[in-house]
Amino acid sequence: MAEVEVRNLSKSFGDSVVLDNISLKINEGENVVVFGRSGTGKSVLIKCIVKLLEPDSGEVFIEGENILLLSENKLNEVRKQIGFLFQGSALYDSMSVRENLAFPLIRNFNFTTKEVEAKVKSSLEKVSLEDSIDKMPAELSGGMKKRIGLARTIITEPKLILYDEPTTGLDPITTKEISQLIVELQKDLKTTSIVVTHDLICAKIIASHAVVLKDGKVKYEGNLENLVSTSDPFLRDFFTSDILEVKNGSNK
Amino acid sequence: MNSAKTNSGTTQNLSVSGKRLTEFFQTVSGLFLFTIEFFKKVFIPPYEFAEIKKHMDELGVKTLPIVSVTGFIIGLVLAMQSQPVMIRFGAGSFLPGMVALSVVRELGPVITALIFAGRVSSGIGAELGSMRVTEQIDAMEVSAINPFRFLVVTRVVACTFILPMLTIYVIFIALTGSFLAIFLSQGISFQLYLNAVVHSVQFSDIIPGIAKTFFFGFIVGIVGAYKGYNAENGTEGVGKASTSSVVISSLLILLVDMVLVKVTLMIWSN
Repeated sequence: MAEVEVRNLSKSFGDSVVLDNISLKINEGENVVVFGRSGTGKSVLIKCIVKLLEPDSGEVFIEGENILLLSENKLNEVRKQIGFLFQGSALYDSMSVRENLAFPLIRNFNFTTKEVEAKVKSSLEKVSLEDSIDKMPAELSGGMKKRIGLARTIITEPKLILYDEPTTGLDPITTKEISQLIVELQKDLKTTSIVVTHDLICAKIIASHAVVLKDGKVKYEGNLENLVSTSDPFLRDFFTSDILEVKNGSNK
Repeated sequence: MNSAKTNSGTTQNLSVSGKRLTEFFQTVSGLFLFTIEFFKKVFIPPYEFAEIKKHMDELGVKTLPIVSVTGFIIGLVLAMQSQPVMIRFGAGSFLPGMVALSVVRELGPVITALIFAGRVSSGIGAELGSMRVTEQIDAMEVSAINPFRFLVVTRVVACTFILPMLTIYVIFIALTGSFLAIFLSQGISFQLYLNAVVHSVQFSDIIPGIAKTFFFGFIVGIVGAYKGYNAENGTEGVGKASTSSVVISSLLILLVDMVLVKVTLMIWSN
């Protein structure tokens, strides 16, 4: 498991300030859901956490190491412990599902061919897509791509997983399935997870902790359930009705 | 009022020119830094030999049909066009040598490089551009795999070494085309044609002609990779990366050719 801490993180693109002096602490084994309207910097935040984007200022600690100060080799050692599920799954177009999953194992670890094959099959079993092993990404549906992306993310058994909109564009049933899968994987692998989403169905299933971003700042940090009783107009508009609907739906 | 309109138009034109000039210098400096990054990475292990071989196979197979047709036609047409003039000046017997020299020294390398740029540079630009905008390059980076080494270095090295091979092949195809043209009009035997070619073409003609294609191959690879790797703005950016890769690499091939011809003449002038 991994502990993540972000201190005074700021990031701008030209004149537009996306993250403004953000500080967060995510404890080991927590499932944190990051909310916010489109363009509030949710994806930018998790990309800064893995240094896919270089912040303008601030610090990011993963298991006590400031990853912004690490050399390329040391950063890669830390990244081997991190999984990242991209919004569009980011499967490698030129590789089959098998090759997509085997790629990080072959490149970063000293597994034998048999071990790699076994891990590929086991990962695909977890997402119930064993039959798609020889398919190319172009042959998969949106939901299947997300599942394969998830299988590729977990194949290295990372300690920290970052999910960028894992259920965007999926129907409610697939959304629920993917969200439940994320929770099961978290329990199996005992990972720390940060999930960026707009999707309240997904959040309700996954979140043990919630963070809301507004205008580049942390607007709320705490329990998801407490957002229902909030008096803040922005948070109430954003959450109350949908959460109640989800709750009522789940009660039925 | 008209003067105000003219002033506003002039300011707008200046602003557009300024923007284009800035873009030009950004591309030049970006390409320069990208090339430095390439040389920093290319000599440090691990070497991606399997990936380089895979790209060389793909690029060779992809380009072979079009360079074969072009090479044959160049040789054929060059012989057909030159023949009446050479005969008029009583130099008909020099025709095989003239065609061979033209093809070996200039036409073979440059035409092959330009076709290669059109076919391959745009392909690399589009492929890497699409990987960039669909976050595949980010996915590689976050998996602790250096995308520059895996995607850029391998493609540039493959381009650098496959283009000379293609050029040698095109030269042979072009010479076959020119033989056919001369055989059909003058009935020359293959032995006589071959003798004329071998006597005309010196070692000092072959080496610079082939050597410069290593530079051309490098240009095609590095420009395509630079444009694709730095593509932005979604699918529109991919299209732009693909198109500008061809334009820039073709232009650079001609500029570098001009410089290399001058250098070659200085070295081999005697």
